[in-house]
Amino acid sequence: MATPPKPGFDHQRWIIPLALFIVVIALWEIWVRVAQIPHYILPTPSRVAATLIADWPVLFSSLLVTLSTTLQGLALALIGGVGLAILFTQSRLIENALYPYAVILQVTPVIAIAPLLLIYMPQPAAVLTCAWLVAFFPILTNTTQGLKSADHNLQDLFDLYGASGWQKLWHLKLKAALPYFLTGLKIGGVLSLIGAVVAEIAAGSAGAGSGLAYRIVESQYRLNIARLFAALTLLSVTGIVLFLFLSWFSNRLLASWHESAREREV
Amino acid sequence: MIVALENVSKTFANGTTALSGMSLTVGAGEFISLLGPSGCGKSTALRILAGLTSASAGTIRWAEDGVDHRAELGFVFQEPTLMPWATAFDNVWLPLRLKGVSRAAAEPRIRQVLDMVGLGDFHASFPRELSGGMKMRVSIARALVTKPKLLLMDEPFAALDEITRFKLNNDLLRLQAAEGFTVVFVTHSVFESVYLSSRIVVMAARPGRVVAEIAVDEPRPRSEAFRTSAAYADSCRVVSHALHGAIGADDHL
Ligand SMILES: Nc1ncnc2c1ncn2[C@@H]1O[C@H](COP(=O)(O)OP(=O)(O)OP(=O)(O)O)[C@@H](O)[C@H]1O
Ligand SMILES: [Mg+2]
Repeated sequence: MATPPKPGFDHQRWIIPLALFIVVIALWEIWVRVAQIPHYILPTPSRVAATLIADWPVLFSSLLVTLSTTLQGLALALIGGVGLAILFTQSRLIENALYPYAVILQVTPVIAIAPLLLIYMPQPAAVLTCAWLVAFFPILTNTTQGLKSADHNLQDLFDLYGASGWQKLWHLKLKAALPYFLTGLKIGGVLSLIGAVVAEIAAGSAGAGSGLAYRIVESQYRLNIARLFAALTLLSVTGIVLFLFLSWFSNRLLASWHESAREREV
Repeated sequence: MIVALENVSKTFANGTTALSGMSLTVGAGEFISLLGPSGCGKSTALRILAGLTSASAGTIRWAEDGVDHRAELGFVFQEPTLMPWATAFDNVWLPLRLKGVSRAAAEPRIRQVLDMVGLGDFHASFPRELSGGMKMRVSIARALVTKPKLLLMDEPFAALDEITRFKLNNDLLRLQAAEGFTVVFVTHSVFESVYLSSRIVVMAARPGRVVAEIAVDEPRPRSEAFRTSAAYADSCRVVSHALHGAIGADDHL
Protein backbone atom coordinates (compact mmCIF):
# COMPACT_ATOMS: atom_id res chain seq x y z
CA MET A 1 0.00 0.00 0.00
CA ALA A 2 1.13 3.52 -0.74
CA THR A 3 2.02 5.70 2.19
CA PRO A 4 -1.02 7.68 3.29
CA PRO A 5 -0.96 11.47 3.27
CA LYS A 6 0.02 12.77 6.68
CA PRO A 7 -1.30 16.03 7.99
CA GLY A 8 1.95 17.08 9.63
CA PHE A 9 4.98 16.35 7.53
CA ASP A 10 5.19 14.81 4.12
CA HIS A 11 8.12 14.95 1.76
CA GLN A 12 6.03 15.33 -1.36
CA ARG A 13 4.04 18.15 0.16
CA TRP A 14 7.08 20.15 1.17
CA ILE A 15 9.96 19.29 -1.11
CA ILE A 16 8.25 19.67 -4.46
CA PRO A 17 6.86 23.18 -3.87
CA LEU A 18 10.18 24.18 -2.30
CA ALA A 19 12.15 22.88 -5.27
CA LEU A 20 9.82 24.73 -7.63
CA PHE A 21 10.35 27.91 -5.62
CA ILE A 22 14.12 27.63 -5.81
CA VAL A 23 14.02 26.99 -9.57
CA VAL A 24 11.76 30.00 -10.20
CA ILE A 25 13.95 32.29 -8.07
CA ALA A 26 17.09 31.08 -9.83
CA LEU A 27 15.57 31.63 -13.27
CA TRP A 28 14.42 35.10 -12.23
CA GLU A 29 17.93 36.03 -11.01
CA ILE A 30 19.57 34.73 -14.18
CA TRP A 31 17.06 36.33 -16.52
CA VAL A 32 17.28 39.81 -14.94
CA ARG A 33 21.09 39.66 -15.08
CA VAL A 34 21.29 38.35 -18.63
CA ALA A 35 18.64 40.71 -20.01
CA GLN A 36 20.12 43.57 -17.97
CA ILE A 37 16.73 44.76 -16.76
CA PRO A 38 17.09 47.92 -14.65
CA HIS A 39 16.46 47.33 -10.96
CA TYR A 40 13.76 50.03 -10.82
CA ILE A 41 11.76 47.88 -13.29
CA LEU A 42 12.50 44.44 -11.90
CA PRO A 43 15.11 43.88 -9.17
CA THR A 44 16.95 40.57 -8.82
CA PRO A 45 15.90 38.33 -5.92
CA SER A 46 19.32 38.88 -4.38
CA ARG A 47 18.75 42.64 -4.45
CA VAL A 48 15.34 42.15 -2.86
CA ALA A 49 16.96 40.07 -0.13
CA ALA A 50 19.61 42.70 0.45
CA THR A 51 16.92 45.39 0.70
CA LEU A 52 14.97 43.25 3.11
CA ILE A 53 18.00 43.11 5.40
CA ALA A 54 19.01 46.74 4.94
CA ASP A 55 15.49 48.10 5.49
CA TRP A 56 14.61 45.59 8.17
CA PRO A 57 14.02 48.10 11.01
CA VAL A 58 11.50 50.07 8.97
CA LEU A 59 9.85 47.04 7.41
CA PHE A 60 9.68 45.14 10.68
CA SER A 61 8.03 47.97 12.59
CA SER A 62 5.54 48.27 9.71
CA LEU A 63 4.95 44.54 9.86
CA LEU A 64 4.13 44.82 13.55
CA VAL A 65 1.56 47.50 12.79
CA THR A 66 -0.15 45.37 10.13
CA LEU A 67 0.06 42.22 12.19
CA SER A 68 -1.41 43.89 15.24
CA THR A 69 -4.30 45.24 13.15
CA THR A 70 -4.83 41.78 11.69
CA LEU A 71 -4.88 40.04 15.05
CA GLN A 72 -7.10 42.68 16.64
CA GLY A 73 -9.48 42.45 13.69
CA LEU A 74 -9.51 38.68 14.01
CA ALA A 75 -10.10 38.84 17.75
CA LEU A 76 -13.03 41.22 17.30
CA ALA A 77 -14.38 39.05 14.49
CA LEU A 78 -14.13 36.04 16.78
CA ILE A 79 -16.08 37.71 19.54
CA GLY A 80 -18.64 39.18 17.16
CA GLY A 81 -18.94 36.14 14.88
CA VAL A 82 -19.24 33.52 17.60
CA GLY A 83 -21.43 35.74 19.77
CA LEU A 84 -23.81 36.49 16.93
CA ALA A 85 -23.86 32.84 15.84
CA ILE A 86 -24.90 31.83 19.35
CA LEU A 87 -27.60 34.52 19.34
CA PHE A 88 -28.79 33.22 15.96
CA THR A 89 -29.27 29.70 17.26
CA GLN A 90 -31.04 30.94 20.39
CA SER A 91 -33.43 33.23 18.54
CA ARG A 92 -34.89 32.83 15.08
CA LEU A 93 -36.10 36.44 15.23
CA ILE A 94 -32.61 37.84 15.70
CA GLU A 95 -31.26 35.66 12.91
CA ASN A 96 -33.95 36.78 10.47
CA ALA A 97 -33.45 40.40 11.45
CA LEU A 98 -29.66 40.55 11.26
CA TYR A 99 -28.49 37.96 8.77
CA PRO A 100 -29.37 40.00 5.64
CA TYR A 101 -27.19 42.84 6.93
CA ALA A 102 -24.30 40.51 7.57
CA VAL A 103 -24.61 39.36 3.95
CA ILE A 104 -24.79 42.93 2.63
CA LEU A 105 -21.63 43.85 4.55
CA GLN A 106 -19.90 40.82 3.17
CA VAL A 107 -20.83 41.17 -0.50
CA THR A 108 -19.86 44.86 -0.61
CA PRO A 109 -16.14 44.84 -1.52
CA VAL A 110 -14.05 46.08 1.38
CA ILE A 111 -11.90 48.15 -1.00
CA ALA A 112 -15.04 50.17 -1.73
CA ILE A 113 -16.00 50.58 1.92
CA ALA A 114 -12.54 51.58 3.12
CA PRO A 115 -12.47 55.14 1.69
CA LEU A 116 -15.85 55.79 3.28
CA LEU A 117 -14.70 54.57 6.68
CA LEU A 118 -11.59 56.73 6.39
CA ILE A 119 -13.78 59.79 6.14
CA TYR A 120 -15.61 59.10 9.39
CA MET A 121 -13.00 57.35 11.52
CA PRO A 122 -9.43 57.94 12.55
CA GLN A 123 -7.15 55.96 10.26
CA PRO A 124 -6.20 53.10 12.67
CA ALA A 125 -9.85 52.53 13.59
CA ALA A 126 -10.90 52.47 9.93
CA VAL A 127 -8.18 49.94 9.07
CA LEU A 128 -9.16 47.79 12.03
CA THR A 129 -12.81 47.96 11.03
CA CYS A 130 -11.95 46.70 7.54
CA ALA A 131 -9.94 43.79 8.94
CA TRP A 132 -12.82 42.96 11.25
CA LEU A 133 -15.39 43.27 8.49
CA VAL A 134 -13.86 40.65 6.20
CA ALA A 135 -12.90 38.21 8.97
CA PHE A 136 -16.27 38.39 10.65
CA PHE A 137 -18.50 36.80 8.02
CA PRO A 138 -16.77 33.44 7.50
CA ILE A 139 -16.57 32.99 11.26
CA LEU A 140 -20.25 33.87 11.66
CA THR A 141 -21.55 31.61 8.88
CA ASN A 142 -19.35 28.64 9.70
CA THR A 143 -20.09 28.81 13.41
CA THR A 144 -23.82 29.22 12.78
CA GLN A 145 -23.82 26.19 10.53
CA GLY A 146 -21.80 24.25 13.08
CA LEU A 147 -24.14 25.10 15.93
CA LYS A 148 -27.03 23.80 13.84
CA SER A 149 -25.17 20.66 12.80
CA ALA A 150 -25.48 18.86 16.15
CA ASP A 151 -26.91 15.37 15.68
CA HIS A 152 -30.70 15.40 16.07
CA ASN A 153 -30.81 12.21 18.06
CA LEU A 154 -28.23 13.64 20.45
CA GLN A 155 -30.42 16.72 20.82
CA ASP A 156 -33.36 14.45 21.61
CA LEU A 157 -31.22 12.66 24.14
CA PHE A 158 -30.38 15.96 25.83
CA ASP A 159 -34.11 16.76 25.92
CA LEU A 160 -34.84 13.35 27.38
CA TYR A 161 -32.41 13.99 30.21
CA GLY A 162 -33.97 17.38 30.86
CA ALA A 163 -30.97 19.43 29.72
CA SER A 164 -31.37 23.21 29.92
CA GLY A 165 -30.78 25.42 26.91
CA TRP A 166 -27.37 26.38 28.25
CA GLN A 167 -26.38 22.76 28.88
CA LYS A 168 -27.33 21.92 25.32
CA LEU A 169 -25.34 24.86 24.05
CA TRP A 170 -22.27 24.12 26.13
CA HIS A 171 -22.12 20.32 26.09
CA LEU A 172 -23.50 19.70 22.62
CA LYS A 173 -23.82 22.57 20.17
CA LEU A 174 -20.54 24.34 20.83
CA LYS A 175 -18.65 21.05 20.68
CA ALA A 176 -20.38 20.01 17.48
CA ALA A 177 -19.65 23.45 16.03
CA LEU A 178 -15.93 23.31 16.79
CA PRO A 179 -14.74 21.86 13.43
CA TYR A 180 -16.91 24.35 11.54
CA PHE A 181 -15.77 27.22 13.72
CA LEU A 182 -12.11 26.31 13.13
CA THR A 183 -12.67 26.34 9.37
CA GLY A 184 -14.14 29.83 9.77
CA LEU A 185 -11.18 30.83 11.92
CA LYS A 186 -8.67 29.71 9.27
CA ILE A 187 -10.47 31.60 6.53
CA GLY A 188 -11.13 34.60 8.77
CA GLY A 189 -7.51 34.84 9.91
CA VAL A 190 -6.20 35.10 6.39
CA LEU A 191 -8.99 37.44 5.30
CA SER A 192 -8.30 39.70 8.27
CA LEU A 193 -4.78 40.24 6.95
CA ILE A 194 -6.18 40.99 3.51
CA GLY A 195 -8.72 43.41 4.99
CA ALA A 196 -5.98 45.21 6.94
CA VAL A 197 -3.78 45.49 3.82
CA VAL A 198 -6.62 46.73 1.62
CA ALA A 199 -7.54 49.41 4.14
CA GLU A 200 -3.90 50.45 4.61
CA ILE A 201 -3.56 50.89 0.87
CA ALA A 202 -6.69 53.01 0.78
CA ALA A 203 -5.38 55.01 3.74
CA GLY A 204 -1.90 55.16 2.22
CA SER A 205 -3.14 56.87 -0.90
CA ALA A 206 -4.86 59.34 1.40
CA GLY A 207 -1.46 60.18 2.77
CA ALA A 208 -1.31 58.55 6.18
CA GLY A 209 -0.32 55.23 7.69
CA SER A 210 2.69 53.18 8.64
CA GLY A 211 1.70 49.54 8.00
CA LEU A 212 3.37 47.18 5.58
CA ALA A 213 0.89 47.92 2.82
CA TYR A 214 1.61 51.60 3.23
CA ARG A 215 5.30 50.80 2.68
CA ILE A 216 4.34 49.10 -0.54
CA VAL A 217 2.44 52.13 -1.83
CA GLU A 218 5.23 54.42 -0.69
CA SER A 219 7.91 52.31 -2.41
CA GLN A 220 5.88 52.36 -5.59
CA TYR A 221 5.76 56.17 -5.59
CA ARG A 222 9.49 56.35 -5.02
CA LEU A 223 10.21 53.67 -7.61
CA ASN A 224 12.00 51.70 -4.91
CA ILE A 225 10.83 48.44 -6.46
CA ALA A 226 13.26 46.30 -4.48
CA ARG A 227 11.71 47.50 -1.25
CA LEU A 228 8.25 46.94 -2.69
CA PHE A 229 9.18 43.32 -3.36
CA ALA A 230 10.75 43.03 0.11
CA ALA A 231 7.56 44.30 1.77
CA LEU A 232 5.48 42.04 -0.43
CA THR A 233 7.60 39.04 0.53
CA LEU A 234 7.21 39.87 4.19
CA LEU A 235 3.45 40.16 3.74
CA SER A 236 3.18 36.78 2.00
CA VAL A 237 5.33 35.10 4.63
CA THR A 238 3.13 36.61 7.33
CA GLY A 239 0.01 35.26 5.62
CA ILE A 240 1.55 31.81 5.26
CA VAL A 241 2.75 31.72 8.87
CA LEU A 242 -0.67 32.86 10.06
CA PHE A 243 -2.41 30.17 8.02
CA LEU A 244 0.01 27.44 9.13
CA PHE A 245 -0.39 28.45 12.74
CA LEU A 246 -4.18 28.42 12.55
CA SER A 247 -4.11 25.03 10.78
CA TRP A 248 -1.81 23.62 13.43
CA PHE A 249 -3.99 25.04 16.17
CA SER A 250 -7.13 23.57 14.62
CA ASN A 251 -5.52 20.15 14.19
CA ARG A 252 -4.41 20.24 17.81
CA LEU A 253 -7.92 20.94 19.05
CA LEU A 254 -9.54 18.28 16.90
CA ALA A 255 -6.77 15.72 17.16
CA SER A 256 -8.53 13.36 19.51
CA TRP A 257 -11.83 13.07 17.74
CA HIS A 258 -12.39 14.63 14.38
CA GLU A 259 -11.77 12.68 11.19
CA SER A 260 -10.33 15.66 9.34
CA ALA A 261 -7.48 15.98 11.81
CA ARG A 262 -6.52 12.30 11.91
CA GLU A 263 -4.14 10.25 9.90
CA ARG A 264 -5.88 7.39 8.17
CA GLU A 265 -4.39 4.23 9.53
CA VAL A 266 -3.78 1.55 6.95
CA MET B 1 -48.12 -1.63 34.89
CA ILE B 2 -45.54 1.06 34.19
CA VAL B 3 -47.16 3.04 31.43
CA ALA B 4 -50.08 2.68 29.05
CA LEU B 5 -50.95 4.31 25.75
CA GLU B 6 -54.72 4.62 25.42
CA ASN B 7 -56.17 5.29 21.99
CA VAL B 8 -53.18 7.37 21.06
CA SER B 9 -53.14 9.00 17.64
CA LYS B 10 -50.48 11.11 16.03
CA THR B 11 -50.90 13.29 12.97
CA PHE B 12 -47.86 15.30 11.94
CA ALA B 13 -48.04 18.91 10.80
CA ASN B 14 -47.74 17.79 7.18
CA GLY B 15 -50.90 15.68 7.52
CA THR B 16 -49.26 12.25 7.83
CA THR B 17 -51.15 10.09 10.28
CA ALA B 18 -48.42 8.04 11.88
CA LEU B 19 -50.56 6.41 14.56
CA SER B 20 -54.27 5.91 14.80
CA GLY B 21 -55.91 4.73 18.00
CA MET B 22 -52.97 2.78 19.37
CA SER B 23 -53.32 1.19 22.78
CA LEU B 24 -50.50 -0.54 24.55
CA THR B 25 -49.99 -1.44 28.20
CA VAL B 26 -46.42 -1.90 29.35
CA GLY B 27 -46.20 -4.07 32.46
CA ALA B 28 -43.26 -4.07 34.84
CA GLY B 29 -40.56 -6.52 33.86
CA GLU B 30 -41.92 -7.13 30.38
CA PHE B 31 -39.87 -7.22 27.20
CA ILE B 32 -42.17 -5.92 24.50
CA SER B 33 -41.22 -5.80 20.84
CA LEU B 34 -42.94 -3.50 18.37
CA LEU B 35 -42.79 -5.26 15.04
CA GLY B 36 -44.14 -3.99 11.76
CA PRO B 37 -43.39 -2.72 8.27
CA SER B 38 -41.49 0.48 7.70
CA GLY B 39 -43.59 3.57 8.36
CA CYS B 40 -46.14 1.92 10.66
CA GLY B 41 -45.33 4.32 13.48
CA LYS B 42 -43.03 2.23 15.68
CA SER B 43 -40.55 5.03 16.21
CA THR B 44 -43.38 7.50 16.70
CA ALA B 45 -44.92 5.32 19.43
CA LEU B 46 -41.53 5.08 21.16
CA ARG B 47 -40.95 8.82 20.91
CA ILE B 48 -44.40 9.48 22.39
CA LEU B 49 -43.55 7.18 25.31
CA ALA B 50 -40.29 9.10 25.80
CA GLY B 51 -42.08 12.46 25.66
CA LEU B 52 -40.01 13.51 22.64
CA THR B 53 -43.17 13.86 20.54
CA SER B 54 -46.62 14.76 21.79
CA ALA B 55 -49.69 12.72 20.91
CA SER B 56 -52.41 14.41 18.85
CA ALA B 57 -55.14 12.49 20.66
CA GLY B 58 -55.47 9.87 23.38
CA THR B 59 -53.77 9.61 26.75
CA ILE B 60 -50.47 8.36 28.10
CA ARG B 61 -51.04 7.03 31.59
CA TRP B 62 -48.14 6.43 33.97
CA ALA B 63 -48.47 4.20 37.02
CA GLU B 64 -47.34 6.98 39.31
CA ASP B 65 -48.49 10.53 38.89
CA GLY B 66 -46.56 13.61 39.82
CA VAL B 67 -43.06 12.27 39.24
CA ASP B 68 -40.71 13.13 36.38
CA HIS B 69 -41.17 10.09 34.20
CA ARG B 70 -38.30 11.04 31.95
CA ALA B 71 -35.97 10.42 34.87
CA GLU B 72 -36.98 6.75 34.75
CA LEU B 73 -36.33 6.31 31.04
CA GLY B 74 -33.41 5.16 28.98
CA PHE B 75 -33.38 5.54 25.21
CA VAL B 76 -31.23 3.71 22.67
CA PHE B 77 -31.31 4.82 19.04
CA GLN B 78 -30.58 2.83 15.90
CA GLU B 79 -27.29 4.69 15.60
CA PRO B 80 -25.03 4.68 18.66
CA THR B 81 -25.49 8.50 18.81
CA LEU B 82 -22.33 9.10 20.83
CA MET B 83 -20.57 12.41 21.18
CA PRO B 84 -17.47 11.97 18.99
CA TRP B 85 -15.45 14.43 21.09
CA ALA B 86 -15.94 12.50 24.31
CA THR B 87 -14.46 9.21 25.54
CA ALA B 88 -16.63 6.18 26.26
CA PHE B 89 -16.46 7.13 29.94
CA ASP B 90 -17.57 10.70 29.34
CA ASN B 91 -20.31 9.61 26.96
CA VAL B 92 -21.74 7.34 29.65
CA TRP B 93 -21.35 10.13 32.21
CA LEU B 94 -23.57 12.48 30.14
CA PRO B 95 -27.03 11.67 31.60
CA LEU B 96 -25.70 12.02 35.14
CA ARG B 97 -23.66 15.08 34.27
CA LEU B 98 -26.76 16.83 32.94
CA LYS B 99 -28.38 16.16 36.29
CA GLY B 100 -25.46 17.78 38.04
CA VAL B 101 -23.61 14.65 39.21
CA SER B 102 -19.85 15.23 39.34
CA ARG B 103 -17.41 12.97 37.54
CA ALA B 104 -16.10 11.59 40.79
CA ALA B 105 -19.54 10.89 42.21
CA ALA B 106 -20.65 9.24 38.96
CA GLU B 107 -17.52 7.16 38.52
CA PRO B 108 -18.53 3.99 40.43
CA ARG B 109 -21.78 3.66 38.48
CA ILE B 110 -20.07 4.44 35.16
CA ARG B 111 -17.45 1.76 35.85
CA GLN B 112 -20.19 -0.65 36.78
CA VAL B 113 -22.24 -0.18 33.59
CA LEU B 114 -19.19 -0.19 31.34
CA ASP B 115 -18.16 -3.47 32.97
CA MET B 116 -21.67 -4.80 32.52
CA VAL B 117 -21.58 -4.18 28.77
CA GLY B 118 -18.08 -5.68 28.56
CA LEU B 119 -16.18 -2.44 27.94
CA GLY B 120 -14.27 -2.32 31.22
CA ASP B 121 -11.00 -1.78 29.32
CA PHE B 122 -12.24 0.92 26.99
CA HIS B 123 -13.06 3.85 29.29
CA ALA B 124 -10.61 6.17 27.55
CA SER B 125 -11.47 5.19 23.98
CA PHE B 126 -13.06 7.68 21.66
CA PRO B 127 -16.03 6.51 19.57
CA ARG B 128 -13.95 6.44 16.39
CA GLU B 129 -11.64 3.91 17.99
CA LEU B 130 -14.51 1.49 18.72
CA SER B 131 -16.25 -1.02 16.45
CA GLY B 132 -19.94 -0.67 15.61
CA GLY B 133 -20.89 -3.26 18.22
CA MET B 134 -18.74 -1.61 20.88
CA LYS B 135 -20.25 1.79 20.13
CA MET B 136 -23.71 0.29 20.57
CA ARG B 137 -22.56 -1.16 23.91
CA VAL B 138 -21.49 2.32 25.03
CA SER B 139 -24.89 3.59 23.97
CA ILE B 140 -26.59 0.89 26.06
CA ALA B 141 -24.33 1.63 29.02
CA ARG B 142 -25.26 5.30 28.75
CA ALA B 143 -28.96 4.42 28.76
CA LEU B 144 -28.51 2.19 31.83
CA VAL B 145 -26.33 4.51 33.88
CA THR B 146 -29.36 6.27 35.40
CA LYS B 147 -30.89 2.93 36.49
CA PRO B 148 -33.98 3.42 34.30
CA LYS B 149 -37.17 1.52 34.97
CA LEU B 150 -38.07 1.54 31.30
CA LEU B 151 -35.62 1.13 28.46
CA LEU B 152 -36.84 2.25 25.03
CA MET B 153 -34.84 0.88 22.11
CA ASP B 154 -35.42 1.88 18.49
CA GLU B 155 -33.93 -0.82 16.24
CA PRO B 156 -30.71 -0.72 18.23
CA PHE B 157 -29.05 -3.64 16.48
CA ALA B 158 -30.38 -3.15 12.95
CA ALA B 159 -27.09 -1.81 11.61
CA LEU B 160 -24.96 -4.60 13.09
CA ASP B 161 -23.86 -7.90 11.55
CA GLU B 162 -25.69 -11.02 12.63
CA ILE B 163 -22.94 -12.43 14.88
CA THR B 164 -22.63 -9.16 16.79
CA ARG B 165 -26.39 -8.86 16.93
CA PHE B 166 -26.78 -12.33 18.48
CA LYS B 167 -24.16 -11.46 21.10
CA LEU B 168 -25.83 -8.19 21.96
CA ASN B 169 -29.23 -9.96 22.12
CA ASN B 170 -27.85 -12.27 24.79
CA ASP B 171 -26.15 -9.42 26.63
CA LEU B 172 -29.39 -7.47 26.66
CA LEU B 173 -31.29 -10.42 28.15
CA ARG B 174 -28.59 -10.86 30.77
CA LEU B 175 -28.62 -7.14 31.63
CA GLN B 176 -32.39 -7.17 31.94
CA ALA B 177 -32.22 -10.10 34.35
CA ALA B 178 -29.52 -8.36 36.38
CA GLU B 179 -30.96 -4.84 36.49
CA GLY B 180 -34.66 -5.66 36.30
CA PHE B 181 -35.68 -2.95 33.85
CA THR B 182 -38.59 -3.17 31.43
CA VAL B 183 -37.96 -2.95 27.69
CA VAL B 184 -39.93 -1.67 24.71
CA PHE B 185 -37.92 -2.71 21.68
CA VAL B 186 -38.54 -1.77 18.06
CA THR B 187 -37.36 -4.22 15.43
CA HIS B 188 -37.93 -5.32 11.84
CA SER B 189 -36.81 -8.85 12.58
CA VAL B 190 -39.31 -11.58 13.43
CA PHE B 191 -36.48 -13.78 14.73
CA GLU B 192 -35.01 -11.12 16.96
CA SER B 193 -38.41 -10.20 18.39
CA VAL B 194 -39.26 -13.84 19.21
CA TYR B 195 -35.87 -14.48 20.79
CA LEU B 196 -36.00 -11.43 23.04
CA SER B 197 -39.62 -10.72 23.85
CA SER B 198 -42.15 -11.76 26.37
CA ARG B 199 -44.75 -10.10 24.16
CA ILE B 200 -44.74 -9.04 20.53
CA VAL B 201 -46.96 -6.23 19.30
CA VAL B 202 -47.50 -6.48 15.55
CA MET B 203 -48.35 -3.20 13.84
CA ALA B 204 -49.67 -2.26 10.41
CA ALA B 205 -49.16 0.95 8.47
CA ARG B 206 -51.39 3.63 7.00
CA PRO B 207 -52.60 4.38 9.52
CA GLY B 208 -50.21 2.95 12.11
CA ARG B 209 -52.09 0.65 14.45
CA VAL B 210 -51.76 -2.55 16.46
CA VAL B 211 -53.04 -5.61 14.59
CA ALA B 212 -51.93 -8.45 16.86
CA GLU B 213 -50.34 -9.12 20.23
CA ILE B 214 -48.52 -12.40 20.62
CA ALA B 215 -47.10 -13.64 23.91
CA VAL B 216 -43.89 -15.69 23.81
CA ASP B 217 -44.15 -17.87 26.88
CA GLU B 218 -40.69 -19.44 26.86
CA PRO B 219 -39.19 -18.85 30.33
CA ARG B 220 -36.49 -16.18 30.83
CA PRO B 221 -33.59 -15.69 30.82
CA ARG B 222 -33.22 -17.41 27.50
CA SER B 223 -30.13 -18.92 25.98
CA GLU B 224 -28.86 -19.78 22.51
CA ALA B 225 -30.53 -23.20 22.81
CA PHE B 226 -33.86 -21.43 22.43
CA ARG B 227 -32.92 -20.32 18.91
CA THR B 228 -32.91 -23.93 17.73
CA SER B 229 -35.92 -25.16 19.72
CA ALA B 230 -39.30 -26.18 18.33
CA ALA B 231 -41.02 -23.56 20.53
CA TYR B 232 -38.91 -20.86 18.86
CA ALA B 233 -39.81 -22.10 15.38
CA ASP B 234 -43.49 -22.21 16.31
CA SER B 235 -43.47 -18.68 17.66
CA CYS B 236 -41.63 -17.42 14.58
CA ARG B 237 -44.27 -19.00 12.38
CA VAL B 238 -47.14 -17.39 14.31
CA VAL B 239 -45.47 -13.98 14.33
CA SER B 240 -44.53 -14.18 10.64
CA HIS B 241 -48.09 -15.03 9.82
CA ALA B 242 -49.40 -12.05 11.78
CA LEU B 243 -46.81 -9.78 10.16
CA HIS B 244 -47.75 -10.93 6.68
CA GLY B 245 -51.36 -10.20 7.54
CA ALA B 246 -50.30 -6.70 8.55
CA ILE B 247 -48.29 -6.15 5.37
CA GLY B 248 -51.03 -7.68 3.18
CA ALA B 249 -53.43 -5.05 4.44
CA ASP B 250 -51.17 -2.40 2.93
CA ASP B 251 -51.36 -2.24 -0.84
CA HIS B 252 -48.86 0.66 -1.04
CA LEU B 253 -45.97 -1.61 -0.17
N1 LIG C 1 -41.45 14.48 11.96
C1 LIG C 1 -42.29 13.92 11.05
N2 LIG C 1 -43.02 14.70 10.25
C2 LIG C 1 -43.87 14.17 9.35
N3 LIG C 1 -44.06 12.86 9.17
C3 LIG C 1 -43.36 12.02 9.96
C4 LIG C 1 -42.44 12.50 10.93
N4 LIG C 1 -41.88 11.43 11.56
C5 LIG C 1 -42.44 10.36 11.00
N5 LIG C 1 -43.33 10.69 10.04
C6 LIG C 1 -44.15 9.77 9.24
O1 LIG C 1 -44.92 9.00 10.14
C7 LIG C 1 -44.98 7.66 9.70
C8 LIG C 1 -44.47 6.75 10.79
O2 LIG C 1 -43.09 7.03 10.99
P1 LIG C 1 -42.19 6.19 12.00
O3 LIG C 1 -40.82 6.75 11.91
O4 LIG C 1 -42.84 6.16 13.32
O5 LIG C 1 -42.24 4.75 11.35
P2 LIG C 1 -41.43 3.45 11.77
O6 LIG C 1 -42.41 2.37 11.97
O7 LIG C 1 -40.49 3.73 12.85
O8 LIG C 1 -40.65 3.17 10.42
P3 LIG C 1 -39.20 2.50 10.22
O9 LIG C 1 -39.37 1.07 10.50
O10 LIG C 1 -38.87 2.78 8.79
O11 LIG C 1 -38.28 3.19 11.18
C9 LIG C 1 -44.19 7.58 8.42
O12 LIG C 1 -45.10 7.63 7.34
C10 LIG C 1 -43.34 8.81 8.45
O13 LIG C 1 -43.09 9.26 7.16
MG1 LIG D 1 -38.34 3.87 12.97
